[in-house]
Amino acid sequence: MQQKEIRIKPPGSFSLDLSELWQHRELLYFFVWRDIKVKYKQTYLGILWAILQPALLMTIFYFVFSRTFNVSVNMNYPVFAFSGLILWGLFSSGISNSSDSLINNSAMIRKIYFPKLLMPLASLCAAFIDFVFAFILLFVLLVVFNQPVHWDAFYLFPLSILITFISSFSIGTLLSAMSVKYRDFRYLLPFLIQVIFFCSQIVYSTSSVKSPSIKTLLFINPLNGALEFFRKPFHSDPIYMHGVLISIISACILLLTGLFYFKKTEAYISDLV
Amino acid sequence: MKPIIEIKQLGKKYRIERNDSYLSLREELSGNIMSLFKSKSSKPDDFWALKDVNLSIEPGDRIGIIGNNGAGKSTLLKILSRVTVPTQGEAIIRGRLASLLEVGTGFHPELTGKENIYLNGAILGMKKDEINRQFDAIVDFSGVEKFLSMPLKNYSSGMQMRLAFAVAAHLEPEILLIDEVLAVGDMEFQKKCIGKMEEVSKEHGRTIVFVSHNMNYIASLCNKAIHLEKGMIKEENNVSEIVRNYISKISGRYAEMKWDYTERPGNEIVQLISVRIVNIHSESSSSLKITEPVGIEMSYEVLKDGHILWLGHNIHNQNGINVFDTHSVDTDLYQKQHQKGLYTSLVWIPGNFLNTGIYFVGCAIFNHLENVIHFHEENILQFNIYDVFDEETGRGLSGKDFPGVVRPIFKWSIRKND
Repeated sequence: MQQKEIRIKPPGSFSLDLSELWQHRELLYFFVWRDIKVKYKQTYLGILWAILQPALLMTIFYFVFSRTFNVSVNMNYPVFAFSGLILWGLFSSGISNSSDSLINNSAMIRKIYFPKLLMPLASLCAAFIDFVFAFILLFVLLVVFNQPVHWDAFYLFPLSILITFISSFSIGTLLSAMSVKYRDFRYLLPFLIQVIFFCSQIVYSTSSVKSPSIKTLLFINPLNGALEFFRKPFHSDPIYMHGVLISIISACILLLTGLFYFKKTEAYISDLV
Repeated sequence: MKPIIEIKQLGKKYRIERNDSYLSLREELSGNIMSLFKSKSSKPDDFWALKDVNLSIEPGDRIGIIGNNGAGKSTLLKILSRVTVPTQGEAIIRGRLASLLEVGTGFHPELTGKENIYLNGAILGMKKDEINRQFDAIVDFSGVEKFLSMPLKNYSSGMQMRLAFAVAAHLEPEILLIDEVLAVGDMEFQKKCIGKMEEVSKEHGRTIVFVSHNMNYIASLCNKAIHLEKGMIKEENNVSEIVRNYISKISGRYAEMKWDYTERPGNEIVQLISVRIVNIHSESSSSLKITEPVGIEMSYEVLKDGHILWLGHNIHNQNGINVFDTHSVDTDLYQKQHQKGLYTSLVWIPGNFLNTGIYFVGCAIFNHLENVIHFHEENILQFNIYDVFDEETGRGLSGKDFPGVVRPIFKWSIRKND
């Protein structure tokens, strides 16, 4: 048991206090564990839903976009759609879970102290667990659809997941803090998610976008950069590096904004929530 | 040794501007636009829930915090447990702290009892190994072992409470902050919890800060107390003083009354000098355990020889019920004449007779045969009877408040009819 002196003072300068987050890592684990447990309680299929959801969507998209509208991509359309959908799943459920996390746990926040950043982080980690299961299914699909794979580009997977994770975390953190103060953001959220969906190369590919300025704009959405990396092992076309860089910069700006705003409000969250 | 909790000039300001706790964007925007046109006459009211609080708490202290609603008790506890931030000042905590602002924080109805033990333990700051190590003890303490694999939503509220308390009772911090949480649950279980807390705090020197409206709990658990009023410390002292002053303050009466020579109740035959409530050690006391005898001591001066004087007290409870009157019938002086001089009378109300609560005492000297009342002072003293958890009382193991004006233990016998 460590003998640490804690000084409780009026909120002062900005500090991230990563060491405190690290001290509470077990609590993070328990929050993630709770979210997963609760999510699949009283379901017959349990965690299988984590792979069924994107798989079913993929089937629908395949029939709608590939068979009906003849959207063409540089790989098997089901692989294209599924890879897009699972990364999207991580990104979108990360955002929507974490932006509600503070309000949904308000009872706890009013009664007990912990670094509030744990809350959106735990929601995102729970979404990440789902992603891991779906990610495994992706490899099954590669075999099923006989998709040629460039194994040398594998290192791009963790990179793209990292970009997705960071941008989802940033937006979720920002929204969670904002919706504590203004509940309006809760109602804005589904709309926002829908917009990001259409601005992401999930059902279509940005390579089919003709206007270069629109294409550049699209990569402000960090998910497009992440998807550019994520699908690289499945085709031999060059990566649109210009866009990926924009995405990475965008993700970094989002991260700083999200963290700064969250930390600024953190001290008052329990009074507002 | 440095104090384990050091509070300096601590203050917390709340702003009362709107009645709802959060703002919608529209209100904020329209508020900004409106403020362009309006003068700043409607400035929000500032409300200091806590102001200039200074306090040092030594390791092993068990501090009770009392005060009316809105006196800042909970705000102080919330700041110390870091749930909310102070507006000014500083508090230094030197040790591992756990706070129980409610029991069962973070309990999830969909999770099983076992899962909730782990979750709640982690939320209260226990490490996983610690929960593993204490798990059997927690289950044992809660008495719900049969239902551990059942979702919490199928538990009765009493069972949920027991489970929550069981986890809380097995926390091992150096400092424990408790807010009124004991006011729920059945009496037997409360007793068990208080017993457990006393045990750990006394044996292991754990520091406890305890907020409660219930003087009984404060008196039985704490050794020191502070009285908060309007966000400031009104008094800081040992617990019996604080409880006595607090109770006296809320009703304006004391456990002891003395009169100046010129103001003594009475007449040219007999005059009352003083009257007080005493415990078995003959100390003035306004707060006594239910198991403790309560003495009423009266000093009076007889100014004329040759009168038969009867002494009496009326005891009323907080509901205004005349619990009993007692007259000095079994003294030698009952049928004899008093001589001039100073006298002191003492009557004992046995322990395990009165129920818990506040009692008012009146006193009189009179003689009904002569049809004379020399003085009769009604409800001039008061005392408080509090429950105890480590001795036998008439409540036995029953729950909650035990009904009845009195709570005696009677002789019972049971036989089986074959």
